[in-house]
Amino acid sequence: MWEQEVAFWIIAVAMALAAIGVVRSDNVVHAALYLVVVLAGSAAQYILLLAEFVAWVQVLIYIGAIVVLFLFGIMLTRAPMREESGKLDNDQRLASAVVSLFLFGVLTVFLVDAFQGDEVKFSDDLVKLGSSANVGESIFREYVIPFEVVSMLLLAALVGAVALARKD
Amino acid sequence: MPINYFLILSAFLFCAGAYGVLARRNSVLVLMSIELMLNAVNLNLVAFSTQVQNVSGQVFALFVITIAAAEVGIGLAIVLLIYRNLRSPDLDRVEQLKG
Amino acid sequence: MLDNVWIIPLIMAVSYLLILFFGRRLPKKGAEIGIVAIGASFILACITAVQWIDKVEGAVGKEGGGHSGLAALGHSVVAAATGAPEIEPVVNGFTWWQNNRVEFVVGSRVDGLVVMMLFVVTLISLLVHVYSTAYMHEDRRFTHYYAALSLFSASMLLLVISANLLQLLVGWELVGLCSFMLIGHWWEEKPNSDAALKAFLTTRTGDVGLMCGVIIVFFAANSFDISVINEYALSPEANHGLLQWASIALMFAIMGKSGQFFLHTWLPDAMAGPTPVSALIHAATMVVAGVYLGLRLYPVFWEGFSIHAGGMNMMAIIGGVTILIGAALAFVQNDIKKVLAYSTISQLGYMVMALGVGAWLGAAFHLFTHAFFKACLFLGAGSISHSATHHSFDMREMGGLRKPMPITFWTFLIGTVALAGIFPFAGFWSKDEILATADQGDFQVFMIVGLVGAAMTAAYMTRCVYLTFFGKYRGHHHPHESTPAITVPLVVLAVLSLVAGLIQSAPFEIKKFQEWFEQVGGLPEEMIVPKFDYGLAAISVSLATLAIGFAAFFFFRREERGALKGLTERNKLAHAGYRFLEKKYYLDDLYEGVIVSSVKGPIARASYWFNMHVIDGVVNGVGRGAARLGRWTYDVFDQDLVDGAVNDIGRETAMAGGGMTKLQSGRLQRYALLLLASVGIIGLAVYIVNIA
Repeated sequence: MWEQEVAFWIIAVAMALAAIGVVRSDNVVHAALYLVVVLAGSAAQYILLLAEFVAWVQVLIYIGAIVVLFLFGIMLTRAPMREESGKLDNDQRLASAVVSLFLFGVLTVFLVDAFQGDEVKFSDDLVKLGSSANVGESIFREYVIPFEVVSMLLLAALVGAVALARKD
Repeated sequence: MPINYFLILSAFLFCAGAYGVLARRNSVLVLMSIELMLNAVNLNLVAFSTQVQNVSGQVFALFVITIAAAEVGIGLAIVLLIYRNLRSPDLDRVEQLKG
Repeated sequence: MLDNVWIIPLIMAVSYLLILFFGRRLPKKGAEIGIVAIGASFILACITAVQWIDKVEGAVGKEGGGHSGLAALGHSVVAAATGAPEIEPVVNGFTWWQNNRVEFVVGSRVDGLVVMMLFVVTLISLLVHVYSTAYMHEDRRFTHYYAALSLFSASMLLLVISANLLQLLVGWELVGLCSFMLIGHWWEEKPNSDAALKAFLTTRTGDVGLMCGVIIVFFAANSFDISVINEYALSPEANHGLLQWASIALMFAIMGKSGQFFLHTWLPDAMAGPTPVSALIHAATMVVAGVYLGLRLYPVFWEGFSIHAGGMNMMAIIGGVTILIGAALAFVQNDIKKVLAYSTISQLGYMVMALGVGAWLGAAFHLFTHAFFKACLFLGAGSISHSATHHSFDMREMGGLRKPMPITFWTFLIGTVALAGIFPFAGFWSKDEILATADQGDFQVFMIVGLVGAAMTAAYMTRCVYLTFFGKYRGHHHPHESTPAITVPLVVLAVLSLVAGLIQSAPFEIKKFQEWFEQVGGLPEEMIVPKFDYGLAAISVSLATLAIGFAAFFFFRREERGALKGLTERNKLAHAGYRFLEKKYYLDDLYEGVIVSSVKGPIARASYWFNMHVIDGVVNGVGRGAARLGRWTYDVFDQDLVDGAVNDIGRETAMAGGGMTKLQSGRLQRYALLLLASVGIIGLAVYIVNIA
């Protein structure tokens, strides 16, 4: 058991630091790379939670596709690679920090209050739960209509993105 | 392992993302922060899925990932549009709603 | 057909898409698709109706033949009174999705009420489709217009056949949207688009009530299914408090959609849309959606408002008030469509009042007959504006149209007489049904309100007919009779206004309407079946006749000499009353002037005052003081330094004052910041409340 806890803490600390990096970095590309760390950390946490399939999808789609999209976005908007400190932030930095910390405090109080003592119990059965076979079965049996709807949504997003970004 | 470990980590990621959304000027960075928030939600879903031993949460997480991809696509298109119209990716130039 | 009734809205939805995509390229610009589709729907609706009636009659026949087995199915007093067994509604559906213990079903429901609505909606829609080919001829957006009509028909039919409240909500919102599109059909003119927005927003206010009502009902009955809800409401374990709140919320929905006092102000403005649209949407179908909701969930209202107890309840009061104010406002309108709009409000008030006094049958029947004669009147008004006054609805430009437009005149007259409730026209029977129930239940006050309303209706319609068809022509065009595409629907509707009431005429021992259409599965058992009251009928008819005579005397004899005008101008009280009515009880002024400006004005004024007095005062005070100080110590301090300090302090203060205006920065992230902060604060507040 303790191995998992140790692994959790290592990954969690890395993720937290990287998350701060994403929102505080003065360099846009660095921010994107910090984002990769957070996303990879999430994937690791999924594996820790025995959600194997989701973890691989996370790696493939988030790290593989979305981050690349972001890098394209950075290039296309010709965002300056490096700015002097604080230039990437607006003037409500302090208020934002206060609000975010406040929100974090409120959420923590809620969570501690609501889930105190709830444990995630790992067992060998759980490995089967997150396997691609099981997830696939659930998608195509229980959630087949939402699945189709999502495919429509992706199509609409594709068309919308083209329509928006096209130069007339 | 207490489920709260995951939940509080997720809450932290969410609030960091919220800070980014609120405080960043560059619109690409704002989009990245939104991804952070979505990722925090996913972490919650998967953690609960494992705790209650029901695969639905993982399926939901997959849907969220898909929709996040669509969102980034549309979001970047909008960013490009802002950039093209205002010659800058900065969100605080966008203030046509000013009262 | 009873099982596959969903085909009917589907046809219209397909027609909508076809018109939208291919309409422009067709020789008739899409009108043919619409007419064929609605024609097919009408035929299917008729088939459905015939099959339903067969089913009912079959059951009655068996009953008459001595097979009492079916009678065990229904044991309601209503059914027993007519000697008919209760027929179960035909409900079909499939589970759309499922969440733990709640099933979300998409399905259709066929019962007497649905069959009746299907018939009315498809028939009026068909006539309006035909009528519009002439009326909207060479319109800028002819194809769009037909597409919107199809979409409207589809959504209205969807609303009608839905077996559960969620589906009904979808149809409800869709008809609102179509109404918005069609009112604003000529959006290039500002008043039209304003009217469309007003209609949309006002009905939306009511829709919030519907949403709340559906949610409350769900928590009470644990289902969205109409049969389950009605059964729950009538069962002894029903939670009366919840049902009461649900009824109040749903009442708001009815008020918004069916133009009840005080959310009625949108309906007269909605007359900015094309006239066939007014006939279809704002007279015969969409505005009765509210009443339909009342009929559909009648047990909920029955229990929620304790209608069985008699006396007073919110529903009856709102309906009664609406009857009177609608009728009073109709007197002072110069626009013929506005007269009809206020008349519609008043008649919808009858239906809502009928629901409130326990006259389920009366409300349904009045809905049925009203659709015919009011559509007839609206289409008649459209015919006049199309062929006589060149798209004006001002009655001051009409007059004397009896001769050049005989068909329009006669049909309009039949519609008027039916609306006034003269024997044996349709309006008489339905109005009488309502009044008799109010009388024989414990609602005498509302019976009197109904009688007064009937007299007022007769009087203002007489004024309207007089101004339009009698006297001298006051316009500047060449009036002529309209083309057959317009007159044929008029004639059909006039015939129906003449005979539709006879299917429920107690003195002739005909109670077909009740027999066929009251079979909705689960109405309150204690509901009163009124006996035909000759005395009451005589009173109501003679009141209406008196009112017609009085009004006719007034207008035919005196107004030509300017007596009426003289009266309101000479007599201060009468003039004040006229002004009061002309200003629509100042309700619009109340909404726009008082409420909006009380929200907007004082805040703006307060900020301005704050700016002028506090900030400027501080700046000036500081400036003045500092300047004095500066002069005083001119030798000690450098003038620039003092000035600089003064300016700095001034600027700082101004910025602090500007902090308030920063709230409306127009910047997304500022709004997001406020949003998240509020979320946190609300969350914390809820938490504290919960642990306390």
